[in-house]
Amino acid sequence: MRLPFTQTRLPLAAFIGLSLTGIFLFCAVFAQWIAPYPIDMAVGGVWESPSAKYWLGTDTIGRDILSRLIYGGQITIFVALASSALAFSLGAFFGFFAAVNGGWIDQTLSRIVDLMMAIPSLIVALVMLSVLPLNLTVLILVIGVLDSTRVFRLSRAVAVDIAVMDYVEAAKLRGEGGAWVIFREILPNALSPLVAEFGLRFIFAVLFISTLSFLGLGIQPPLADWGGMVKENKDGLVYGKSAALVPAFAIAALAISVNLVADWVLTRTSSLKGGRGG
Amino acid sequence: MHPVLKLVVQRLALGLILLLACSAVIFLGVEALPGDTAQAIMGQSATPQALANMREKMGLDQPPLTRYFQWLGGVLTGDLGLALTNDADIAQSIGQRLGNTLFLAGCAAAISVPLAIILGLIAARHAGKWQDKLISGVTLTTISLPEFVAAYFVIFLLTQDNVLTQAIGWVTGGSGRLLPVAMVFPGMGFWERLNAVILPVIVLVLVVLAHMMRMTRAAILNVMQSAYIETAELKGLSPMTVIWRHAFPNAIAPVVSVVMLNMAYLVVGVVVVEVVFGYNALGQYLVDHVTKRDLPVVQAVGLIFAAVYIVLNMLADIIGILANPRLRHPK
Amino acid sequence: MADDTLLDIKGLVIEATSYPPGEPPKEVTLVHGVDLKLRRGKVLGLIGESGAGKSTIGLSAMAYGRGGVRLTQGTITLNGRDIRQASARDLRTLRGKEVTYVAQSAAAAFNPAKRLMEQVIETSLAHGIMTKPEAEARAVMLFRKLGLPNPEAFGNRYPHQVSGGQLQRAMTAMALCPKPDLVIFDEPTTALDVTTQIDVLAAIKEAIRDTHVAALYITHDLAVVAQVADEIMVLRHGRLVEHGDTAQVIHAPRQDYTRALVSVRSLEHEEKPPAPPILRVEGVTARYRGTNFDVLKNITVDLAPGQTLAVVGESGSGKSTLARAITGLLPPTQGRIGFAGRQLSRELKGRTKDDLREIQMIYQMADTAMNPRQTVGTIIGRPLEFYFGLRGAARDKRVQDLLDQIEMGKGFADRYPAELSGGQKQRVCIARALAANPKLIICDEVTSALDPLVADGILKLLMALQSEAQVAYLFITHDLATVRAIADKIAVMYKGAVVRYGQKSDVLAPPFDDYTDLLLSSVPEMEIGWLEKTIAHRRMESAGN
Repeated sequence: MRLPFTQTRLPLAAFIGLSLTGIFLFCAVFAQWIAPYPIDMAVGGVWESPSAKYWLGTDTIGRDILSRLIYGGQITIFVALASSALAFSLGAFFGFFAAVNGGWIDQTLSRIVDLMMAIPSLIVALVMLSVLPLNLTVLILVIGVLDSTRVFRLSRAVAVDIAVMDYVEAAKLRGEGGAWVIFREILPNALSPLVAEFGLRFIFAVLFISTLSFLGLGIQPPLADWGGMVKENKDGLVYGKSAALVPAFAIAALAISVNLVADWVLTRTSSLKGGRGG
Repeated sequence: MHPVLKLVVQRLALGLILLLACSAVIFLGVEALPGDTAQAIMGQSATPQALANMREKMGLDQPPLTRYFQWLGGVLTGDLGLALTNDADIAQSIGQRLGNTLFLAGCAAAISVPLAIILGLIAARHAGKWQDKLISGVTLTTISLPEFVAAYFVIFLLTQDNVLTQAIGWVTGGSGRLLPVAMVFPGMGFWERLNAVILPVIVLVLVVLAHMMRMTRAAILNVMQSAYIETAELKGLSPMTVIWRHAFPNAIAPVVSVVMLNMAYLVVGVVVVEVVFGYNALGQYLVDHVTKRDLPVVQAVGLIFAAVYIVLNMLADIIGILANPRLRHPK
Repeated sequence: MADDTLLDIKGLVIEATSYPPGEPPKEVTLVHGVDLKLRRGKVLGLIGESGAGKSTIGLSAMAYGRGGVRLTQGTITLNGRDIRQASARDLRTLRGKEVTYVAQSAAAAFNPAKRLMEQVIETSLAHGIMTKPEAEARAVMLFRKLGLPNPEAFGNRYPHQVSGGQLQRAMTAMALCPKPDLVIFDEPTTALDVTTQIDVLAAIKEAIRDTHVAALYITHDLAVVAQVADEIMVLRHGRLVEHGDTAQVIHAPRQDYTRALVSVRSLEHEEKPPAPPILRVEGVTARYRGTNFDVLKNITVDLAPGQTLAVVGESGSGKSTLARAITGLLPPTQGRIGFAGRQLSRELKGRTKDDLREIQMIYQMADTAMNPRQTVGTIIGRPLEFYFGLRGAARDKRVQDLLDQIEMGKGFADRYPAELSGGQKQRVCIARALAANPKLIICDEVTSALDPLVADGILKLLMALQSEAQVAYLFITHDLATVRAIADKIAVMYKGAVVRYGQKSDVLAPPFDDYTDLLLSSVPEMEIGWLEKTIAHRRMESAGN
């Protein structure tokens, strides 16, 4: 059997996206070995400009920005990955479950999701965080659960679309069991939109955790993620100190590069549906 | 009953039910979360006596449903209770701030809506050409920015002495530099107020414009690809007539719906932007009290944001129903 | 001699850029230097299969390229001037004033937000051809001529408020209203049911005759074009195959391709004698869940082994629903389904593996009937594995045997459905059904989505397989020519009920019931004058009643 992903020509945008995403991931995984200075130690003066010693300068209390950026990336990416993975497992499981079963199960789940989506996620998160303790687990759970609603809608819609295809009916008429129908007929065809969706959910989680941290409701000191770093250094902007822009730029770069990858996955795989399989 | 009326009434009823359900989620959902609310508010060091006092103050000794209906009754009569932290009347605190929030969101909407529609039209008209690619590329970038990141980029560009601000100053005859804060206070005149919110409005426009423009473009392209547009072209009508008489009536509903959905998005964007600029309004009030764990305030403000969001979404649906000729003129 | 040439196309080349997914865009030539001449008041039929370029050529008479299509070479002379390179402004004065267009799907071609009258008279007003009252009067006159109900008030309606056949007539009125020199009819009756098609066709023909307009009539159906055209051009892959008088083209075609097109409908099948049935459908009544309307009403039919029962009807007649009831997808509320001497459970769940294996199904759209992520080998091999436990080399060998049976050679087992042509896809679906070694195959409109010559090949294959494997076919179709070509028995369905049923020779012989008579007499025959004869006959009969 030939793999559907062979003989791929990589467009420039996808190449940029993939390599940037790769660099971010690499730095996140090996932060402890790459970062030149410890995460929470004042090593220089306040808001020093970039130099050979401090490549990106120092922050509001003299810590090396590059080191904090690398460690911050680790936390940001970890939280975002964990919560999007949670969102994905929850959303995809219940989405497929609702689509395959239909009837009252589908109705109940869909109405619950409608309700959760009727209030903006940030507002729900703020209400929940006003009661819950602020720690990593809580943040991951809150973001993951709120974000799972979108995955639910998508996977349900995709599965419903596929479930009415004649080839699924043909499998049922053949007498195939539920497992074959879901894993061999529906899932392989639902995979490409879901993979692209994972990218979008990851971006959403990055933006969400950054925003929460910026508001002071996310990652708590002495740990810092990129959103928190913007918050720490924002006052410098007024004096022309661009320390806050570095983590801001990192957030934007990560979001854009993952966006490019997701975009490419989507066009690449959706073209397989109607086009040549080769 | 006319089918359109029936659908609209149905949608209104659904909106009401959603609102009610949201209020329950905001009030009872918080109850269901693990953890002792009083403990969370007072912190680990609170004495048992203080905790008991707090529980009584919050009415935690009564069953949740009873408290929910008391709270709901209060909300319906405009009584939102007292803040835990300073015993201030919540309804009063909200009043002025809600006005400020609506002013900010309104200014952003007034600029972004026409701009998004015009840009969307340009991108759709030149779909696939450089104008479209330029607009799409720029908006793809701004879509990837969270509000606060966009805000600090804008602050960095417009509050410092640089080429850009010098140019602006040269045109306007002032310094060209803007203040990174948006201070408003009661008794301020309209123009002063407007002057104060320039920066936050720019940020909000940036953030909301991209979404709105992209969706407008898609909606218009969708209409322009219809067979009846080809029919109109083959009638030898001028491009303006084709757009104005044949595309426009069918594009109203999707575009209005796009605008409404993005207004709802704006409501959320406003929270963060208010914090960035220290703008004394509802969003900052909410974030402040989340930090202070002042639950009654958080619930009241959360409900208001949810209500605005639900009403805007409902309006989008209703306009869609009203604009559909198939529903307006049944068989 | 006065030159009465209206349209003169010479050496027309039409190109487009195609964007195959995953590959760089490439230039394709759709039309390779076609010449065409049309005199005032004459009707020229453009005929061909999909991809022949007939619509593209038709629209070039308005110098219009649909979806980025470019008219790159040649001259298009309309009313004495070359319009291929005319300015956008000049084209606007020509479109709608000199040439108008009738699309295949009027339902999509009318603006849903505007009343019909406004759209019908729009061209006349925009070009200043007549005043509003004049245009409205002409529109009402055309509505009446085209046989639309209540012509005075018809224009007040919105497109979604009238039927498909009426919309197609309204579109014809819209095209004729500004008194153009030329109307392009692009498959105007293809989307309609056969009993509606004949009336619309007659209305169009009369309107063309009475307004003395010239027309390009584009269709894939030779029998239809034979009724309306003075001359016929046969096109294939963007090239002219044959051009001649209508009579010459259909009675004495000069080219092999044209001969093939003409002979498609003369496929013959000798009816097999009645025999004890393998499938018995007795008094089956069914409705969809949550509705209180019977979509199948007391259906009783049977079918003998190795024979074909054709179920004929128009859209909405319930013929596909009958297939769903037999397969167990829609459990009947009443009645019984007997198969091979046993009673089948109503529900899919209650059927044994052998029940399922012995009844197989082939769908109309081969595209959606095959999982795009499975290779042909997996698609055909799965029933072998599932029903007979064949694995490995044994399975592969059987797959290859089946591929040979459907006349597809080596190397196909590794391909994905997207790599196959329409006809090949349908063959793979047939092989998948055969793999189960069935006694009955339900064929649901299996040739409707295919071009006539490809469809012909599929039908021949099905017939050959039947005599080899003695499998019975329940053949659902709306096309009476297909029925004649393959059926032993026929059931005519109308509004959920069987209105006529029996051996083919009996069903197709008079005396007819009203509906079967209407249905049979509505199928265009490849005979000049058939339309007038049929319409005259109907008018006489209704006058007699």
